[in-house]
Order: sequence, then structure tokens, then C-alpha cells
Amino acid sequence: MESVGMDWAAIQTVAWTLIKILALVVPLMLGVAYLTYAERKVIGWMQVRIGPNRVGFQGLLQPIADAVKLLMKEIIIPAGASRGLFILGPILAIAPALAAWAVIPFTDTLVLANIDAGLLYVLAVTSMGVYGVIIAGWASNSKYAFLGAMRSAAQIVSYEIAMGFALVGVLMASQSLNLVDIVQGQTGGLHQWYIWPLFPLFVVYLIAGVAETNRAPFDVAEGESEIVAGFHVEYSGMAFAVFFLAEYANMILVSALTTLMFLGGWLSPVTFLPDGIVWWLAKTGFVLFLFLWFRATFPRYRYDQIMRLGWKVFIPITLIWIVVVGAMMQTPYGHLFH
Amino acid sequence: MTYTTAIFYFFAAILVFAGMRVVTARNPVHAALFLVLAFFTAAGLWILLEAEFLAITLVLVYVGAVMVLFLFVVMMLDIKLDKLREGFWDYLPLAGFVSVLLVIEMALILGSRHFGLEVMGTPAPHPADYSNTKELGRLLYTDYVYAFELAAVILLVAIVAAIALTLRRRKDSKYIDPAAQSRVKRNDRLRIVKMQAEKGPGARGQGSGEEGA
Repeated sequence: MESVGMDWAAIQTVAWTLIKILALVVPLMLGVAYLTYAERKVIGWMQVRIGPNRVGFQGLLQPIADAVKLLMKEIIIPAGASRGLFILGPILAIAPALAAWAVIPFTDTLVLANIDAGLLYVLAVTSMGVYGVIIAGWASNSKYAFLGAMRSAAQIVSYEIAMGFALVGVLMASQSLNLVDIVQGQTGGLHQWYIWPLFPLFVVYLIAGVAETNRAPFDVAEGESEIVAGFHVEYSGMAFAVFFLAEYANMILVSALTTLMFLGGWLSPVTFLPDGIVWWLAKTGFVLFLFLWFRATFPRYRYDQIMRLGWKVFIPITLIWIVVVGAMMQTPYGHLFH
Repeated sequence: MTYTTAIFYFFAAILVFAGMRVVTARNPVHAALFLVLAFFTAAGLWILLEAEFLAITLVLVYVGAVMVLFLFVVMMLDIKLDKLREGFWDYLPLAGFVSVLLVIEMALILGSRHFGLEVMGTPAPHPADYSNTKELGRLLYTDYVYAFELAAVILLVAIVAAIALTLRRRKDSKYIDPAAQSRVKRNDRLRIVKMQAEKGPGARGQGSGEEGA
């Protein structure tokens, strides 16, 4: 009888975890769908166009129509492709993009797994996203796809270092790797947010985040004008859509992390208003808007300029600022850097 | 068998399988990907040992960076595995000797009565708020600071040496100086020539165009 009780408890735990995962992934996927809509609308307005406005009121059903269209399409596997890896590519792209969300806190209590090394976990999991791109590019057995994969591999390795160093600054300021603790270290209003003492790291992290997600102006892995569509040129239907889901989920993830680490997460900017998930959503939405704004504004970087920016500009900036933060923490002004 | 033991055997089986495939896979890219799987599974095993910092760092450093570069190189090179395997039987005795040595060393540690479960015992599980990272950092920067700094210096020397050995300055290569690019002024490159507009019957285009309209 006791073992039956144990089994029942285990089943309950598994079921409860599954429900929690669903409660996270379903809103995320809706967010992704409407981020594509927001992107088309925002860029449309910036370029004095209307954007999608035919399907549903103001085009609001456009993402649903796109999803249905992609689901109905056939997935074509090229004859010369490495079949198993070709299918594994999109899976490896989306899995880290979703797994990283396990430790993202929405408020101080609303978090799926409040683990001690949350920041490190996010960094490790997101660093695996590049395998989706590399494997897809290699398994397609196409020169364009392969070039895209190579570009992506070099770019992501370069920017991950700057990104990691930017995070080192954050954990020096907060003295914790736990994302909830990092946000709570910024309590006390707008002026306590880490964006002020760590402003250079904030800029580096945001730009490296754009580069890590392969977004314009760093989207050389896709590079429509040179290598057609880069790593996903051979993909069709839902396999192609999964790459897009991963890219947009990563965009939301980087925005959420920027919010948590530099913009005070769910904390209110002024002390007389209550904290709450509304602030989290507003700040993340603002950073997402920056992503769309970048895309509408900047032309694509040349490849050697991307490499120069990553290695010769960002890494020195982060290294110097880490030393500055470390030195300042030993002075009487240490409280400014927490 | 407890849940943890079941997970251990699951991970261990995957790790051994992936390790085997790294050496047996015919395609070098497949072999590299199996190595990625092996690293990832090993990280899972380390999590079971409550070494979460090391496990996450293993994924971050080896899976996220080192193996990406590895794959990058393996994909670019045209590796003929059959050619690589030509000397297989010649090297077999040496490889066998090294393998036997490794097995003996492992048996010495794992099988001896100085290191068994009875002697070492299972360490007490730490509470959930125990920070592995903090403990590791404290040890590295206090008790083992000299060894740690020494290792860091050796790595730095290796980096500098690797770059110094492979750096070739080509005289004929064209390169761009971004500082010079951003310093450039309009007057350096552009010359505006002011000239009178031409008039009269000799002026082409204008008159005939208006007639057509």
C-alpha cells in the first residue's frame, strides 16, 4: 500500500510539473506569435506602411493564419541531406530556447524553478542554441546553408564571451547568481537599478543579445541578399517555423534577462507604486521594441566588422568595467555599485 | 532501486554509448556531436553529485564554446577517415598498452580497500540553499590561490604562445583601419564642381522632352 502511495505522489508531482510547464510555454508561444505581428506592424509604421491588416480586425489573426499555413505545408527533406541530423536541427534550436525559461522569475514568487545558480544555468542553456543552427546548416548538404552555419558558429562564440563578462559585472554587483536575488538587489526605485552603475555592460549585453539571437543588424547567418536564407534555406513547413519560434523565443528571453538584470525586473520604478508582473511585462516589451527598432533602422553589418566589434571593442570594454566595478567596491563609494 | 539510482544508470548508459560512438563513428562530424552528447550527459551525472557549478560550467565551456569551435574545424576540413585508419594495426599495441594501464589505474583506485564505500562513506547531502559556487570560489581564492594563479598564468602563456606562433603578417593583404574610416571627412573624398548651366539650342534633352509631353 505504501508503494502505491509513493507512486501516486510521484505521478502527482509529474502531472503538476507538466501543468506548470504548459502554463509557461503556452503564453510564451502566444507571445512569440504576436511578437511576429508586432514586428510587422512596428516596422510597417516606421517605414510608412500599414503592415498586415487583412486577416481579422486590424490583421490580429495574421499570426494564426501564418501558423496554420506552415502546419499544412509539406516538410521536404533534401535527397543529399543527413536525415537524422536534418530533423534534429530545429529541435536543438527550440529546446534550449524553451528550457532556459525554467528559471526566469516573473515576480519574487512566480517562478518555475528558483535555483541557486540561475544565471549560470541560463547562460549555459542558451549557449547550446547554436547547435541547432550549425547542425541544420551542415545536415542540409547545401553550400548556402553551410556558409550560414559557419558564420553563426563564429559569431556566437565571439559574442558569448562579451555576454558572459557583462553578466560577471551583474553578479559582482548583486553578489548572487540567483535571478530573484539579483532583482531584489535593485530594490528602492529607479536609481537603484543596475543599469546605472553597469551602463557599459548593459549596452554590451543588449547588443551581444541582438547578435546572439541572429537578429538584424547581426543576421549574417541568414543574410538573404548574400546566402539566400542561410542555415534554414532547405527547410520548409513546420521545420522552418520551429527555427522562427526559437529565434523569437530567444528574443523574448534576452529581453526578459535584460529586464531582470539591469532594469529591476518586476520592481516598480517609483517607490509609491506597488511592484508586480505588470512592470516586468512593460520593461520586457520595451526591450523587445528596441529589437524591432534596430531591425528597422540599421543596415546589416559586414562580417569582418561584426568580428571586430565583438573581439576588439566589446571584450575590452567589459574587462575594463569589471575592474572598475571591482575597484570601486573597495572604495567608500562601493554602495553605488552595491 | 531508487529514483536517483535509475537516473544514474540511465545517464551512465548514454555516456558510455556516446563515448563508444565518438571513436567508432565513421563521420567526424557525427563523432564530434556524440562528444557533445557525452559532455552533456556527464554534466547530468555531476548534477547528481551535487556539483551543480561544475556541471553547468562543463556545459557552458565545453558544450557551448569548445565543441562549437571543434565542429567548426571538423566541418571545414576534408577529413578522409579511411586514410586516418590506415595505421590502425600498427598503433594497436601501443594503444592497448595505454588502455591496460588506464584500466589498472582505475582498478587500483576503485577496487582498493583504502577507497571503497566503507572507507570514504557517502557525504551528507547538503541543504537546498547550500551554495556550491560560493564554496568553490572561496577555496580557489584562499586555500589554493597559488595553484590557481599558476594555472591561470600557464593558460595565458599558452594563449600568447599559440597566437605568436601562428601569426603571419602578410605584406600584400589589404586591411581596413576603422579609425581612419570614421575620421574621414567629406572634403577628403568629394569635390564639388560648380559650373554654369548650358543654355540655347545646343542644350539637349530639355526642349525635346517638353515637346513630347
